[in-house]
Amino acid sequence: MRTHQGSAGAKVLAFGGYQPAKVVTNDDLSATVDTNDEWIRSRVGIESRRIAAPDETVADMAVNAAGKALAGSGLSPADIDLVIVATCTPEVMIPNTAAVVARRLGISAPGAYDLNAACAGFCYALANASDAIRAGSARHVLVIGSEKLSQWVDWTDRSTCIIFADGAGAAVVGPAEESDDQVPGIGPVAWGSDGSMADKIFIKDRDSFIFQEGQSVFRWATTALHPVALRACADAGVDPAELDVFVPHQANLRIIESIARKLGAPQAKVATDIVHAGNTSSASIPLALSRMIERGELASGDKALLIGFGAGVCYAAQVITLP
Amino acid sequence: MAMTQKEILSGLSEIIDEIAGVPADEVTPDKTFVDDLDIDSLSMVEIAVAAQDKFGVEIPDDQLKDLKTVQDVIDYVERSSVSA
Repeated sequence: MRTHQGSAGAKVLAFGGYQPAKVVTNDDLSATVDTNDEWIRSRVGIESRRIAAPDETVADMAVNAAGKALAGSGLSPADIDLVIVATCTPEVMIPNTAAVVARRLGISAPGAYDLNAACAGFCYALANASDAIRAGSARHVLVIGSEKLSQWVDWTDRSTCIIFADGAGAAVVGPAEESDDQVPGIGPVAWGSDGSMADKIFIKDRDSFIFQEGQSVFRWATTALHPVALRACADAGVDPAELDVFVPHQANLRIIESIARKLGAPQAKVATDIVHAGNTSSASIPLALSRMIERGELASGDKALLIGFGAGVCYAAQVITLP
Repeated sequence: MAMTQKEILSGLSEIIDEIAGVPADEVTPDKTFVDDLDIDSLSMVEIAVAAQDKFGVEIPDDQLKDLKTVQDVIDYVERSSVSA
């Protein structure tokens, strides 16, 4: 007789974020690379970013962010039965980061896996968490985005060293009621990929640096993601004009502004965390949300559209209700 | 039906105003994007994409880099719509 049961829906119970201590300013970078503060601010929007210590790992940062999310959720480690770490910069291939992080957080025997969808990783992982809870595969899921991009950056390459940075963000996801007249806690995901652009952002092998063809990525991001954002809103039964918050992956401030401009959500607060965080790939969305919430800029129950996008190219968007 | 240069300039000025915040009446054919209008290459990509939506003319990155003045873009759009 089947006893296992899923839930009607899922929602985020709390966010947590972590930034390494070391601050690297545009002036710091200008000392060793041919660039300057004004150029960086205008083209990318970053004023400063954080870089992990040499011995600080993706797991270290994940544990930090996740610990805060757990504390904020009011749950205990024993309540978590699935841990997903979205990362494309793990130090080792095996074991995965999730199992190690779970152990360090005192979570006893959860399902644990890493997920690589580059900068779309968090939104992919969040969708997986929501699906698992609905299906009954898990009840409370810890979703983490953690990246140490600095270990893959050529610090003499001014096209990448000004952009990529380190950090982690996490969300605790739990079951939720759902009704047709309410915005879902976590709406259906609108995701996809385009492997024909696999050569636009890549790390060739273990001994290579990250490469990005900026112009093509900019053109793709400012054109192809608009319909995805609209689809995510429609699937959640939300008109963009009803959104309270818009949190795109913090890739580049000009991309953020371009997508926001076309979205049709002039009243929504737009996350611009990149200014003091840099591009932290799959960490960027949960990190931005945790910092905005900490600063009191957002309200519980706010309707937020998240959209992650990056190497692959991969993308994923969903509307969520803030804890 | 082919557009006149004047119509293209008008449409283009609207785009430039929206994307780069340059008032439409300041967009004259002789002006350069970089030096006169303070428009960088990222904004040029956005302008090219908006021009594609408005005029039905595609401006790929390798063509875009040679369009230095407003007149260059008007001529490109006019050329491309005639042959379409």
